[in-house]
Amino acid sequence: MRRSPARLAARTATFYLPLGAFLVFLLFPFYWMLVTAFKPNADLYNPRLSPFWTWHPTLDHVRFLFTQSHYPAWLWNTTWVAVASTLISVTVSLLAAYAIQRLRFPGSGGLGIAIFLTYLVPPIILFIPLADIVFHLRLFDSLWALTITYPTFLIPFCTWLLMGYFKSIPREMEESARIDGASWLGVVWRIILPLSLPGIFSSTIFAFTLSWNEYLYALVFITSPERLTVPVGSIIELVTGDVYHWGPLMAAALVGSIPVALVYSFFVEHYVSALSGALKD
Amino acid sequence: MSAVKAEAAVPPAPRATALGRFFDNKNVLGVVFVAPAVLILLALLTYPFFLGIYLSLTDAIIGRGGHFVGLANYTGLLGDPLFRLVTFNTFLYTTVACTCKLILGLALAIVLNREFMGKRFIRAIVLLPYIVPTVLSAISFWWIYDPTFGIISYTLRHLGLIGHNIDFLGDPGLARGALIAANVWRGVPFYAIGLLAGLQTVPGSLYEAAAIDGAGGWSVFRHITMPLLRPLTVVITMFSVIQTFADFQLPWVITRGGPNNATHLYGTLAFQRAIQGSHLGEGAAVAMAIFPVLLLTVIVSFKNLRRED
Repeated sequence: MRRSPARLAARTATFYLPLGAFLVFLLFPFYWMLVTAFKPNADLYNPRLSPFWTWHPTLDHVRFLFTQSHYPAWLWNTTWVAVASTLISVTVSLLAAYAIQRLRFPGSGGLGIAIFLTYLVPPIILFIPLADIVFHLRLFDSLWALTITYPTFLIPFCTWLLMGYFKSIPREMEESARIDGASWLGVVWRIILPLSLPGIFSSTIFAFTLSWNEYLYALVFITSPERLTVPVGSIIELVTGDVYHWGPLMAAALVGSIPVALVYSFFVEHYVSALSGALKD
Repeated sequence: MSAVKAEAAVPPAPRATALGRFFDNKNVLGVVFVAPAVLILLALLTYPFFLGIYLSLTDAIIGRGGHFVGLANYTGLLGDPLFRLVTFNTFLYTTVACTCKLILGLALAIVLNREFMGKRFIRAIVLLPYIVPTVLSAISFWWIYDPTFGIISYTLRHLGLIGHNIDFLGDPGLARGALIAANVWRGVPFYAIGLLAGLQTVPGSLYEAAAIDGAGGWSVFRHITMPLLRPLTVVITMFSVIQTFADFQLPWVITRGGPNNATHLYGTLAFQRAIQGSHLGEGAAVAMAIFPVLLLTVIVSFKNLRRED
């Protein structure tokens, strides 16, 4: 009875078809990236062949990327900046979130709201004055320019996310430890830190992907080809004048997406629950 | 258990020193803990914000502090036809893209809220457009819209629907549509996963009660799901409006603001004036144009949320 044809038809119309359409819409650009990245130029620019597939997959474009462009350097730069700014931001945010959510010193409530508001300031409002500051600090065209500016959007986000996590840890645990004679630092170190590991994981993933994806600051603050990041370098160096090197461009997009996709796939449940949790609070 | 703990904590040695006692004060520790975050944000977010306002009142160029020129940059922009076109473009882009994202995101959330095989996996891959670096997926869209080898043109041509390839990024109207489509593609997963979290918190008992009362699908959605989902929808939309309004990456990579400035937004104009044209002051004034909308969005959404409580 449950599998009657009419029911199946209804489920197809209201569920399978819409879901299928969404999946095609959302995943096609990735498929297109994948096919193009491994397609030889002879196939790529032959309008008579079906563009959806290739029978002669090649690693030429990937090889070009790693031997004829600064791509390896960009990968290294992006990783370095992402790791450094994530470490700084998560550490600083962890302390701040705990203090605001749990220590409740005078003014902590207002500070929490202020940090939330700073999260809403888009980089486009800040990049011009930041360029001026970076210039005066003599950090122009240095990876340090990115390492110090990325925390401006990472800290508000991570603090906010971690505040949500601290809210969910029962106060009794802290209180009983305090009664047992533990100092506040001891409470943080032995009770709060282990319990908030999922929150630390999620904010680390978020911070890493956000810095890996950053484009505007890297575009403005860095000029030397060997110091660029993956998103900026790919666009600048793989388009020469009017010539778009589509194969290498797609390979660059694919390879540059892999680290983020990998990090994400390991922690997808954390990511989804953090995203939903952060929105609900 | 607690006896063991108490025993272990008996020697109060670490708390005896003056320094130890100082740091065991809630207020002291609170201030010490927030200090790094607050100092970084003050130096690299609050200060630049006000520096931006100041720069917008000067004729500064890169590497040289400018002179105070009052509101000259702003009055100049108001008289600039390009700025007026950019204002129109930005509002159009934000309104259309956010409306589409909300509708499609809600639809996807409702589909994903059903029970089916491989739900977790599907939910994970659906988020990919939002995770992957925007610039890198923008490259893919660039290639999808290519006038000679574009895949949409190819498909439509082979279906016999069009005779010639469509130059998506060469025509002002089509370019606007193409750019909005790319923005919607990137934003739908964010709406969907956010709204899905909201849908999952709707108690099943409410739906059962409605079913007993004989309420139909639409009526249930209209009177139960929608009101409960509203606060979350407001927050998600607020984020999305701010990000879309201040967008830079997609228009810069896919269209460079063209053709005929049809897709030039505040973000791309600010970049062009400040960095490419090296007029920091003028660029800062363009960037500041985003601020009133940012403020309005935040106020409206907070008002909306408060009414809900």
